[in-house]
Amino acid sequence: MLQHIIDRRLAGKNKSIGNRERFLRRHKEQIREAVKRAIDGRGIRDLERGENIHIPKRDIAEPVFGHGSGGNREMVHPGNQDYVRGDRIERPSGGGSGAGGSQASDSGEGDDDFVFHLSKEEFIQAFFDDLALPNLERTHLAEVPEYRSYRAGISSDGNPSNLHVLRSMRGAIGRRIAIGAGSRRDLRHLEDRLAHLKRHLDPSPHSREISSLEHEIAALRARLARIPYLDPIDLRYRSRVRVPMPSSKAVMFCLMDVSGSMDEARKDLAKRFFILLYLFLTRHYEKIDLVFIRHHTQAQEVDEDSFFHATETGGTVVSSALDLMIEIAHARYPRDEWNIYGAQASDGDNWHHDSGRCRLLLAEQLLPMCRYFAYLQVAEEEQNLWDEYALLTDEVKHFAMRKVTEATQIYPVFRELFKKESAPA
Amino acid sequence: MSTTKPLPLKSRRIEPLPSPSDWSFELIERYHEVIKQTAERYELDTYANQLEIITAEQMMDAYASVGMPVNYRHWSYGKEFIATEKNYRRGHMGLAYEIVINANPCISYLMEENTMAMQALVIAHAAYGHNSFFKGNYLFRMWTDASSIIDYLVYAKNYVADCEERHGLDAVEAVLDSCHALMNHGVDRYRRPGKLSLTQERLRREEREAYAQQQVNDLWRTLPKKAERVSEGAEAKRFPEEPQENLLYFIEKNAPLLEPWQREVVRIVRKVAQYFYPQRQTQVINEGWATFWHHQLLNTMYDDGFLSDGMMMEWLKSHTNVIYQPPVGNRAYSGINPYALGFAMFTDIKRVCEQPTAEDRSWFPEIAGQPWLPTLDHAMRNFKDESFIGQFLSPKLMRDFRLFSIVDDADEDELEVAAIHDESGYRHVREALAKQYDLGHREPNIQVWSVKLRGDRSLVLRHVQHNERPLHDSAQEVLRHVARLWGFGVHLESVGSTGEVKQRWSVNPPSDD
Repeated sequence: MLQHIIDRRLAGKNKSIGNRERFLRRHKEQIREAVKRAIDGRGIRDLERGENIHIPKRDIAEPVFGHGSGGNREMVHPGNQDYVRGDRIERPSGGGSGAGGSQASDSGEGDDDFVFHLSKEEFIQAFFDDLALPNLERTHLAEVPEYRSYRAGISSDGNPSNLHVLRSMRGAIGRRIAIGAGSRRDLRHLEDRLAHLKRHLDPSPHSREISSLEHEIAALRARLARIPYLDPIDLRYRSRVRVPMPSSKAVMFCLMDVSGSMDEARKDLAKRFFILLYLFLTRHYEKIDLVFIRHHTQAQEVDEDSFFHATETGGTVVSSALDLMIEIAHARYPRDEWNIYGAQASDGDNWHHDSGRCRLLLAEQLLPMCRYFAYLQVAEEEQNLWDEYALLTDEVKHFAMRKVTEATQIYPVFRELFKKESAPA
Repeated sequence: MSTTKPLPLKSRRIEPLPSPSDWSFELIERYHEVIKQTAERYELDTYANQLEIITAEQMMDAYASVGMPVNYRHWSYGKEFIATEKNYRRGHMGLAYEIVINANPCISYLMEENTMAMQALVIAHAAYGHNSFFKGNYLFRMWTDASSIIDYLVYAKNYVADCEERHGLDAVEAVLDSCHALMNHGVDRYRRPGKLSLTQERLRREEREAYAQQQVNDLWRTLPKKAERVSEGAEAKRFPEEPQENLLYFIEKNAPLLEPWQREVVRIVRKVAQYFYPQRQTQVINEGWATFWHHQLLNTMYDDGFLSDGMMMEWLKSHTNVIYQPPVGNRAYSGINPYALGFAMFTDIKRVCEQPTAEDRSWFPEIAGQPWLPTLDHAMRNFKDESFIGQFLSPKLMRDFRLFSIVDDADEDELEVAAIHDESGYRHVREALAKQYDLGHREPNIQVWSVKLRGDRSLVLRHVQHNERPLHDSAQEVLRHVARLWGFGVHLESVGSTGEVKQRWSVNPPSDD
């Protein structure tokens, strides 16, 4: 009898992923709701973990025809203790008693919700469902920061170091054969004719013909000799093409006002927004640098912890942060290598003479170098900074601004800011 | 089976096979070789064996898609997988030690995490126990074609994937959902299906699709053939002429609005349901047979000097867990454990053959004192759960299990003990237990009753109540699925034993969306 032992351990891992996808797809709405709740509710720092999704049992039930309770049924059980025939037993309350027909509860969990764990990736996927990186298309098409060179067959011009000798020689042979074919054929005929005349007949009557033949033969030989051994048109070069590679590096500038008017709640809102943006970028770029710039009347670059937690007091000069961002970007993140994103959060309070300068800095220096710049105001009232920025929104497509006053608004606003753009600008 | 006694051992082994807890391919081969030789001594007739090593995840995977290595994609399998995985991670459930596929060659899965002793147990249980059952039992011989099932499932998977691509995930999912709701009512119970063959299946499909559509069109032809005869003809003609029990088959052939691809999907679900039909009727006898044989084979190997004591202890522990029958009232009780009952019954038949008591002689005159091997073989080949219990459950076993029967009549306030394991109750208990395994008894009897050909084209199903047992509330939900497939309104009548309609459900034609 033939027998095999087959090691399947490496094959077909995750085979049921397709089934799982279909399951998730079917319950998309519930999952979206759960993800939304999770984002509203839990601390944003641990956003990058999965989430348990509860789905009511009845929503995932697969109905089949079965017997309900009632009627007359007989069941045999093991483990009789002391019953004898004819004993009457009180009906167990609840009516179930496991004595069901075909519907005997194999799920064994009663009416609880069906709970399952959404993996980190799936969570993020649901989170970013139908969001796309703004202007991603345009980034690819217009400004291409890096190139990679690929082999692309053979071409007829190029640089001598790429000369393909074999292909060139082959071409030369072909050309020589092709160009010389007619002449060689004629030459052969003439030579045959000449030999014929010389061999078989008294040459004298044909001497004129012979001499003209010899003349023609000489001419043909000369023509054949003039076919070049190697001609410039024979030369073939290995061809390489340069393919534009979109840069996979991004830097995200987080700008935040830490003046006295920014209280913990407002900072928390800003934080959520930054982390959403960060998560969003991680979906699209391999490497992401974070630069945290906080400002009151002066701006300074800080690490993440002090960015979110230290409190300062004093007035506000927003342009100081923008200046610092420009400076850092020029010094460390050349725009042909980095995709630059900016996110600014503020309560809108600014020294009133400064706001106009902010707009100019943004319009003339920052926006041209950024892929996207988002301004989030974590307060309701519109002050001069908001008014100045508002002038930009119509002109510049990759600038967006919104107001947020509660944590629950963060997510919708975020989605709105990064809404899929139907047509790349 | 030609011999009545096991063939003699060729050579006794002086030293047992090595028994580390970790398995290796080489060890599995050696153990398998010995198990195979031992099985041959008992002349177990099996398909060729194919052993496959898989991971726990793959095991759950196979588990979730009804135990098959390939299957079409459906969300319910994803749900099943999630539920299985969750229970497994929480430790609520050990994974099945084995999955075996009724195919030729017979595929047995060995889980990577198993110890060597467990692998030996699984090989004996699945690759020789179940395997010989699949090959020998009359239901399997009649209803399934082991050589083509994998091919058919590959075909089904590709076809469904193809449909998803062409008609969209939602459309395919809707049809599959509806078919799954009717899966248990999609089998021919009495008619033997033709053999499946992948190439034929493919070749015939288009032909069949075209033809089926044409048949349907003919049935629903709205143009009267001869104007004057329509009125009388319509009254007289009844369709279907006889009630049909295979709902999916009826729908596949007659549903007016299904597209050809939808008919094919219905057919696929129906074929898969048909394939599993024997398994649903042979839980006790199949598991009992496999358990009996792993017990018999491994014990024989021990006697022959192949197994070490440690090995024996280990697999016996699992064996004991598997055949544990908690008594009623115990927290772990969830009905009769098919492993326990089946194993006890085969062991008991062997006992009746070898050491019959006076009681056995009067209850089983035809097998008491007979050679046990052919007797067991006969029992395996020619019975299903219902008839196996009805035929072979002995008074001694009923006493051992302390079986008793309870009647639950909704009209009475209390339950009544109808019979217990005593002289006057043996026959009653045995009969009641046998009936419990009758699918016709467990599942509601629902048939296609009529179609209003000339009216609103609605379909009428009829449920014949068994022991006055009503249908579950999910009937309404299922009817919606029927209506989706049928395309017009569907009615269900529940008929009591006296023939009067006790309950009615109706579903309107599905709206176009």
